[in-house]
Amino acid sequence: MTTLTMTRLDPQSRAARRGMSDISIRNLFIIPTILFLIIFNIFPLLYSLYYSFTDFRASTNAPANWVGLANYRELLNDPFIWTNFAITAKYVIVSVAGQVIVGFGVAMLLNRDIPFKGLITTLLLLPMMLSMAVVGLFWKLLYDPSFGIINYALGLGRFEWLSDPDMALYAVAITDIWMWSPFVMLLSLAGLSAVPKHLYEAAAIDRAGPLYTFFRITLPLVAPILMIAIIFRTMEAFKTFDIAYIMTSQPTTEMIAIRLYKMAFQEWQTGMSCAFAYIVLIMVVAITNIYVKYLNKVKER
Amino acid sequence: MRRRLFGIAGGLALALASSTSVLAQELTIFWAEWDPANYLQELVNEYEAETGVQVTVETTPWQDFQTKAFTEFNARGSAYDMVVGDSQWLGAASEAGHYVDLTDFFNEHNLGEVMAPATVKYYAEYPSDSGKYWAIPAEGDAVGWSYRKDWFEDPKEMEAFKAKYGYDLAPPKTWAELRDIAEFFHRPDENRYGIAIYTDNSYDGLVMGVENAMFSYGGELGDYANYKVDGIINSDKNVKALELYRELYTYTPPGWAKSFFVENNQAITENLAAMSMNYFAFFPALVNEASNPNAKVTGFFANPAGPDGDQYAALGGQGISVISYSENKEEAMKFLEWFIKDETQKRWAELGGYTASAAVLGSDEFQNATPYNKAFYETMFRVKDFWATPEYAELLIQMNQRIYPYITAGEGSAKESLDALAADWNETFKKYGR
Repeated sequence: MTTLTMTRLDPQSRAARRGMSDISIRNLFIIPTILFLIIFNIFPLLYSLYYSFTDFRASTNAPANWVGLANYRELLNDPFIWTNFAITAKYVIVSVAGQVIVGFGVAMLLNRDIPFKGLITTLLLLPMMLSMAVVGLFWKLLYDPSFGIINYALGLGRFEWLSDPDMALYAVAITDIWMWSPFVMLLSLAGLSAVPKHLYEAAAIDRAGPLYTFFRITLPLVAPILMIAIIFRTMEAFKTFDIAYIMTSQPTTEMIAIRLYKMAFQEWQTGMSCAFAYIVLIMVVAITNIYVKYLNKVKER
Repeated sequence: MRRRLFGIAGGLALALASSTSVLAQELTIFWAEWDPANYLQELVNEYEAETGVQVTVETTPWQDFQTKAFTEFNARGSAYDMVVGDSQWLGAASEAGHYVDLTDFFNEHNLGEVMAPATVKYYAEYPSDSGKYWAIPAEGDAVGWSYRKDWFEDPKEMEAFKAKYGYDLAPPKTWAELRDIAEFFHRPDENRYGIAIYTDNSYDGLVMGVENAMFSYGGELGDYANYKVDGIINSDKNVKALELYRELYTYTPPGWAKSFFVENNQAITENLAAMSMNYFAFFPALVNEASNPNAKVTGFFANPAGPDGDQYAALGGQGISVISYSENKEEAMKFLEWFIKDETQKRWAELGGYTASAAVLGSDEFQNATPYNKAFYETMFRVKDFWATPEYAELLIQMNQRIYPYITAGEGSAKESLDALAADWNETFKKYGR
């Protein structure tokens, strides 16, 4: 099937002169990739699946004992783990919603003829080019209650952004929104500029209001690409580790990735943490699937 | 042709193999990245001058010290010959066979008496009271306190303090006095705060801080020999100690919910707090005017006593162990023999290392060398430590989970937190069949 759709090798090319067939060239490109995937992705995936059913600890020489579903049972019965999941869900919702609102809003503002549009767009993209750890360290300083510029600029006195258990998660989400809104903006901008102008002209002739135009023309046409941005950001937010780990150590910001890290590399409960990672994997796949279903529906329209 | 190639390759391999055996006079010690590691490098340079054996101290930042060390152990790597490892690691590393048993060496050199008893008990022995030793006490360390002498000795402050509390303002002898002084100096309007304590819950910071209070109140974390915790970790003494720690938290500078040694030294250098808890290992920076503008007016005192006169501090510091997978074990043992000599230990203290040698600690020369050495000497005979069982990391995380919300946010009560912790620990011990 694939060989049929492939373009034929140019008989004048060097490869053809060396007597290489289409198939051997295909293999030359594909086999290394497949091998790489098997060794570095598939094999560890299956290997850790096996470990998730054992009491293996990488810190000891003791052999791994088969414990069946005990790890999964223990994890799903642990109230702390459920708190970690609830925190992560809250963070994903706040942070992704914030990024979509800010990112899409800025994209709407930029989607017109303004001077220095290219320069402004490039400058707005800078945050997402920084390293997560650097962003975390900088924002920790910005939030500092004694000398941080945020409290100074907003006149908040000694407001404790990161030490207040109720505020800390939002403070981390704000940082994430600052960093990743440009990503949503970039994709939205691509979607917005692809909306045919004649649709707006037709709407104007029919005297459609700005709100009506937005909800009936702009949003539906940008939706597919916006959904892709949301999928990416949700998956990333679900896995958030560095920013939250660096900025604060409140139990109210202990997301699953942080708990998983502690379990795997501080407690060395390798078997248990493999099981935990699988639970997270299944959840991310499930959520992504829902999105993708929705994305396909949006595209059909 | 092919045969000749093989010959060349074989010759090369042989040359390489023999050159490595010539270079076997090299030892690598793994430690965390901090000043004492630099002092140790200076010390071992002298060993090289004496014996020709080159010793290198390799370091990594504290945050991934544990992870990196255990990754290397688990892979049975021979990159390091010795490690200056945390006291909590003893259980995990000895049970897994990562450390060489040093019991014979220990007895032969009578180290149980040469080194301060507390350091032997916590840096070297596992399981507790078993008489089996896995490390040589290397860097002694414990928690002490620094304070602002200029604030304490200001006549106006002294008068106001006496009027309010009925006794003289001086470095506190008890935790009750510590509380009073913290309350007295806590003036948010003036951007001055009472006290800086450990609150970082990502590793052992907060737990170490709380231990200072619990041990001095006469409490214990549990019966280390029998894994009993009921009525011990949640004893009335511990409840009172935890309540006091919670109260002290209200006298800390704003945003003090993730602070450890860096922040606590900053509390003194940035004029934030009157008193600050920290490991002795970080005090050299406080007497150095380059790193502390208040160096001249910074004083030190040992961890104060509890209501019943108990006075113990949380142990830091590390012992040096030989790694089982090292290819130079014999050479490493020779190095240890040199390291435990009295002259070496004395030199170690001079360079800035915190020796555990009882003789050196007791000497006037050592005690008068710095403003805090006397407090260090007093403290090193009164230290206690966290669990050293292989599952210590789980116990540590459970303790953080239970006490952190109470201390920093006032959630629940001290009793509830400690009861819940006792239940967690019991369950963990049950899981590992202790």
